[in-house]
Amino acid sequence: MSEPKNLDAKAPGGPIAHRWDKHRFDMKLVNPANRRRYTVIVVGSGLAGGAAAATLGEQGYNVQCFCYQDSPRRAHSIAAQGGINAAKNYRNDGDSIHRLFYDTVKGGDFRARESNVYRLAQVSTNIIDQCVAQGVPFAREYSGYLDNRSFGGAQVSRTFYARGQTGQQLLLGAYQALARQIAAGTVAMHARSEMLDVVVVDGRARGIITRDMVTGKIERHVADAVVLATGGYGNLFYLSTNAKGCNTTAIWRAHRKGAFFANPCYTQIHPTCIPVTGEHQSKLTLMSESLRNDGRIWVPKKKGDTRSPQQIPEAERDYYLEVRYPSFGNLVPRDVASRNAKQVCDQGRGVGPGGLGVYLDFADSIKRLGKAKIAERYGNLFDMYAQITGENPYELPMRIYPAIHYTMGGLWVDYNLMSTIPGLFVAGEANFSDHGANRLGASALMQGLGDGYFVLPATVPNYLAGIKPGDLTIEHAAFGQAETEVVGRVKRLLGNIGGTRTVDSFHRELGKLLWDECGMGRNDAGLRRAIARIPTLREEFWKGVRVPGEGSDFNQELEKAGRVADFLELGELLCRDALHRAESCGGHFREESQTEDGEAQRDDEQFSYVAAWQYTGDLAKPALNKEPLTFEYVKPSQRSYK
Amino acid sequence: MKLTLKVWRQKNSKAVGEFKTYQADHVSPDMSFLEMLDIVNQDLIMKGQEPIAFDHDCREGICGMCSLMINGVGHGPKTAITTCQLHMRSFSDGETVTIEPWRALPFPIIKDLVTDRSSFDRIIQAGGFISASTGAAPDGNSIPIAKPDAEQSMDAAACIGCGACVAACPNGSAMLFTAAKLAHLSFLPQGKIERHQRVLNMITVHDAEGFGNCTNMGECSAVCPKGISLDTIARLNRDLVMAALKGLEPTVGIPVEG
Repeated sequence: MSEPKNLDAKAPGGPIAHRWDKHRFDMKLVNPANRRRYTVIVVGSGLAGGAAAATLGEQGYNVQCFCYQDSPRRAHSIAAQGGINAAKNYRNDGDSIHRLFYDTVKGGDFRARESNVYRLAQVSTNIIDQCVAQGVPFAREYSGYLDNRSFGGAQVSRTFYARGQTGQQLLLGAYQALARQIAAGTVAMHARSEMLDVVVVDGRARGIITRDMVTGKIERHVADAVVLATGGYGNLFYLSTNAKGCNTTAIWRAHRKGAFFANPCYTQIHPTCIPVTGEHQSKLTLMSESLRNDGRIWVPKKKGDTRSPQQIPEAERDYYLEVRYPSFGNLVPRDVASRNAKQVCDQGRGVGPGGLGVYLDFADSIKRLGKAKIAERYGNLFDMYAQITGENPYELPMRIYPAIHYTMGGLWVDYNLMSTIPGLFVAGEANFSDHGANRLGASALMQGLGDGYFVLPATVPNYLAGIKPGDLTIEHAAFGQAETEVVGRVKRLLGNIGGTRTVDSFHRELGKLLWDECGMGRNDAGLRRAIARIPTLREEFWKGVRVPGEGSDFNQELEKAGRVADFLELGELLCRDALHRAESCGGHFREESQTEDGEAQRDDEQFSYVAAWQYTGDLAKPALNKEPLTFEYVKPSQRSYK
Repeated sequence: MKLTLKVWRQKNSKAVGEFKTYQADHVSPDMSFLEMLDIVNQDLIMKGQEPIAFDHDCREGICGMCSLMINGVGHGPKTAITTCQLHMRSFSDGETVTIEPWRALPFPIIKDLVTDRSSFDRIIQAGGFISASTGAAPDGNSIPIAKPDAEQSMDAAACIGCGACVAACPNGSAMLFTAAKLAHLSFLPQGKIERHQRVLNMITVHDAEGFGNCTNMGECSAVCPKGISLDTIARLNRDLVMAALKGLEPTVGIPVEG
């Protein structure tokens, strides 16, 4: 490995509460009359990308927006159920910008950058105002004022919500703002377009290469700056709560062109998903975390107990979270709940087919509150569960198991959300910036919209003000070279006429390997096994994958193949990052690093930094760069939920 | 379970399509409908044939990407769910299942079961928004909204834009889709300001895209996975009359692309 370099986040100094204000004043502006001469490419149309494209369009820039779905309204932000946090303190229960900042840094297990998190807490209040103005139908009280609920174990009620469809409503708000700009001619939308490479000219991001997913045409697009808002890489594990199309290609291609990849091993596992039913399983469905407010989690005390749950008497049940964490009980944070479920299943006490499940039991709540009350609170979730499993959760306890849900890691960005490639900005789940090693519930929507509506529309113009607009065309040699590479890759993927395995079969194998060796628990030996296996799997893929059809056609297998090829590279980096970080923190649990009673043990002396990996041309030898983390306002402490 | 599938296959928008028959053996009742198609596709690929193209993404009933007429019904036999939420236990062993794409003029077929629904986006672009630029918003609580209004707005806003309403309608009308967006916005004080111009503009583009008119058949609402009510269309019609009484003219151009 090359000598580690320390990265500069370019975060402003001074009192943390004034940093963003001061920075906004210090940044350069572009004259309104000149803005249309600058072109900004935005890849992804979810909360971060959709909001950024709409807002930059409103400001008068010439925006080109891309998404792989058939409409920008379908980005996976739409699936977020629970809510969005904001430090409004409408409940007068002690919330403040500083408290949201504090909770987020602590919840992230002290692996996030303080300046960014503080800014996020600051803009959180503006997000709610903006969304209300756009017509997002948030839940209301009878007074007509906005309703709030507490979420994810937070001690204050700061979560705004629109039934169980908050992500959908926020995304539709951004989508409609985007539609308005498309109509106004400031944004050109390219749906069913997949970015396959970023074009770097003289060290700056100047465009992208895309594939039109309907015609198969490979296209060049030039710009003065490029924003990637392409979401997380949870589908690396094949089974996750992500949409089937979610992928890493945009950020991975950018990584190969020079953007550092930060903390890939920080993945979040959500404790309450519906368990796998068999080999055919294509994705996992999340059941809102709010269920843990009234459901009790348990497994049989005895190993291999196959009796039906109703036949297991109270004395033979282990309510393990209530026993182990008396003060938080079933409401411990996501990482703790997930790890404990794995432990009891590893002990052979899991329930349901394959023994990979635990009970989430509402019998006590139904007895106490009545079935009607439970139906009012969770009716839609119970229906969803019954639809998928064929079991009635009012009578039988639900079976749940953890699943990959979110990735805190992503491309490294500075305070301006710019990657290590000048002119390449990264927003939302695609960057690494705000959640440290563990994200709190209802904070993903906040970050996506914060980046899109408020941060990028200030920092992208600052970058543009320093460069001359539109001095390049797609005829530049760098575009030709990038296009040639993309075309060659497509050809190679289609080339194995006699291939013996499908794309899905490789993806499943990679996913299972990562889930086993780099999932909820990770150890040195397992990670080394994965690191040894992935390169050979990659080789087998390129030699043996069968991709039918043509490149110049609508070809879903080809789309999947390109994405899995990139997952096969990122998977190795993820394991290498997990191996090097010989501490436990947040979602990254190294079995060697735990406290006496089995809780995650951080090692601040050695690992209080962001690991930003640099592509060297050799996947086996990525270079580690570090951004040291210093905590001026929130003193690192051991998280405890006992 | 074993099923016989009759699936619409069509190479591209210009090609002539046809039904082809496939056997789906080893179907588990725990599979979702799309997982059943995944398995059929894996077999087709290994047999050297092209897999069946179909749209899907979130597979949890919210993105609106999946579609499919299943035995002639949008999103299949169960009510208030999308195709991706439909499980094979809703079918019986030995059954023959017919699978078609949405059939409507403004939804041209791209390939097999995949259609182009960008006409929906163009209806929204005509006015399905509140013109509130980022940064101009007052405090969220400065606009109190009566709870029943917020609830009715949310009922309409639940639309996922899948297009089942159009496919089910004998007239190929997108009135339920359009009306849902109008109701979402017009129940809110913020959305009332542009209310009448909005309905006029959206309906102008709706018609120009080739969607038919509403004759109150109610097929749309019956297949809607989110249960959007026919009442929204009555509300649309009232607003359209108000726009005419005010003497408003559409302010959108007619899109060239159809």
